[in-house]
Amino acid sequence: MLSYLFRRILQMIPTLAGVILLVFFLFKYFGGDPAEILGGLQATPKQIESIRNQLGLNKPVLDQLWIFVQQVCTFNWGRSWATNEAVDHIFTTRLPATLTVMIPILILDVVLGICAGMAVAYVRGSLTDRAVMVLSTIALSISFLVYVIVGQYFFAFRLGWFPVQGWTNSTLTNLAVYAPLPVMLAVLVSLAPNTRLYRSFFLDEIGQDYVRTARAKGVPERTILFRHVMRNAMIPILTNIATQLPSIFIGSFLIEVFFSIPGLGREVYQAVGRSDYPVIQAVTIYLAVLTMIINLITDMLYKLVDPRVVLK
Amino acid sequence: MSAITEKMPDNIVAEAAIVPIPPVAEIPRSPGVWAEAWKRLKRDRVGMISLWVVAFFMVVVLLAQFGVIASTWQVETGVPFAPPTFMGADAAQQEQAKQETLPLADLSDIDPLAPRYAEWNKRAAEIKTETRQLAPTLPFGGDRIGRDVLAKAIKGAQVSILVGIAAALLATFIGTVLGAIGGYFGGKFGDLLEWVYNVFTSVPYILLIFALAAVFKSGPLGKLFSQSIAPVVIILGAVGWTGIYRLVRAEYIKHRNREYVKAAEAIGAGHMARMFGHILPNISHVVLVNLSLYVVAFIKAEVILSFLGLGVPIDMVSWGTMLSEAQTELVLGKWWQLVAATVFMATFVTAFALLTDALRDAMDPKLR
Repeated sequence: MLSYLFRRILQMIPTLAGVILLVFFLFKYFGGDPAEILGGLQATPKQIESIRNQLGLNKPVLDQLWIFVQQVCTFNWGRSWATNEAVDHIFTTRLPATLTVMIPILILDVVLGICAGMAVAYVRGSLTDRAVMVLSTIALSISFLVYVIVGQYFFAFRLGWFPVQGWTNSTLTNLAVYAPLPVMLAVLVSLAPNTRLYRSFFLDEIGQDYVRTARAKGVPERTILFRHVMRNAMIPILTNIATQLPSIFIGSFLIEVFFSIPGLGREVYQAVGRSDYPVIQAVTIYLAVLTMIINLITDMLYKLVDPRVVLK
Repeated sequence: MSAITEKMPDNIVAEAAIVPIPPVAEIPRSPGVWAEAWKRLKRDRVGMISLWVVAFFMVVVLLAQFGVIASTWQVETGVPFAPPTFMGADAAQQEQAKQETLPLADLSDIDPLAPRYAEWNKRAAEIKTETRQLAPTLPFGGDRIGRDVLAKAIKGAQVSILVGIAAALLATFIGTVLGAIGGYFGGKFGDLLEWVYNVFTSVPYILLIFALAAVFKSGPLGKLFSQSIAPVVIILGAVGWTGIYRLVRAEYIKHRNREYVKAAEAIGAGHMARMFGHILPNISHVVLVNLSLYVVAFIKAEVILSFLGLGVPIDMVSWGTMLSEAQTELVLGKWWQLVAATVFMATFVTAFALLTDALRDAMDPKLR
């Protein structure tokens, strides 16, 4: 187990190096000139030259890459070009808001998805099953935007059940007042694809031999479903959760934009609008690292869920 | 290879003249893979209906592309926020239009410009002006400045569908070529491609899209393509290739040692011929099904990117830009643009998704 962990961490290094190279060269050769972005429209050539010197843009490319690597390793990204806020401060202050919205979304997604998927798998082949499948195909084809626009208009503007948008410093107030509508809409939107997905997980297991054996023994259908099928279906379900997990840090950017939630996703979106390169670069690299770590933890968790899995 | 197989029957027929065995011509010709798939697809009623819907949209897209329909979507044909025809004209707006304008008070004795009005009126009369009759209602309603929502939805369909298809083709092309090379050759170069794949997939895709959008916004490439759909196509293609790369690579690893590939090698087919002449047709169903999955995914992505202002340029209309206008219109109670964009998009995407399902069933009967 330990040697596996060690080897996996070693394998991360070339990938991380690749991400750093990708981000560096993408912005270096395809991005705009940082000195011109920072200097603005009024800058004189002399000012631009001085910014170039400050940023080290006149040094050879390899030296610049070295500066970039140092920034990544020391977590010292300096300040945002647009707001002059320290980049690490942006991380620490925006992440809580994102997690306040995303963690409830993820939990509700999984719980509702399992319930709905199992219910539909239980009545598989019936008219209800087919109607649900057709409905979810249509529901899937409507843009996420439409649900949020209409939901915000109807529940917040028309009915006034929730505030249209807003956020406070208190996590409890946020959870009780401002988060429910975004969370509800996001869960509603993902209900259709999740039902389809979880249904297929359960159907795969229901077709297995052990289910037939259990039926032959006279085990009631309910017990089969909840005890036998459920446990086995946990493996694909866990995989699915693991693939969604990294996105909880950024995945809600649309929700955050719509509801003015000061989260990480909205911050990156605004950084794109302002050509605020340090913020985009920092978020991209650190989230890539986070994704790799989460993937590693998930692989270790498999071992706990399924003793048949051999880590090698 | 085909030259040899075609010659074979002749030899056998020649022998048949000596020994009386039934002539080879009587063996029924086995239909091709595509003909079989088409036959299976034709039996699928849902698949055929969605095929017709998709074909209808494609005709609309082509007509709009060549300017036959909806080319005047930018013309303000109706009054601002003209309601859809079935709702009738907006009563309050008509009332306002009917109200007579109050006569202007005569200020000529104190107005310092008064002596020159006559001259200016004469000069103004020389310029030809045209008063356009603004329609009080439009078939699907009008937007904020009175443009026909139906024309916008058609034009938006053209842009959104073209972006979706172009981006899907680009992603599929990159993924197929890299996957073919990585899977067929393997070795050091294959490892390198695997590394690139790992790098691309370790970054959450939305961040990759944002990073590319930032680069296109202020970089040299952005200025090059600023007036077209190219940036959003390139962004989606560059982010989306990884999925198809993975699948194609796995298929090539599976196929590269099959007997038919060895046979092709034996008759002297080079690496390129084996990769793209022999193996590719055998895995084309994987590529095609994924291509159509990508079209749906990229249309949805384009709509979101255009909504955020990171997609098509502002002088174009797509379903995404319509939705972003609709957001503010909805608060004023003007719902028709939202409904038009949603209905158009939902119809096309549903039909395309169902067609993809039908295609998959038809192309790979073993999958069921």
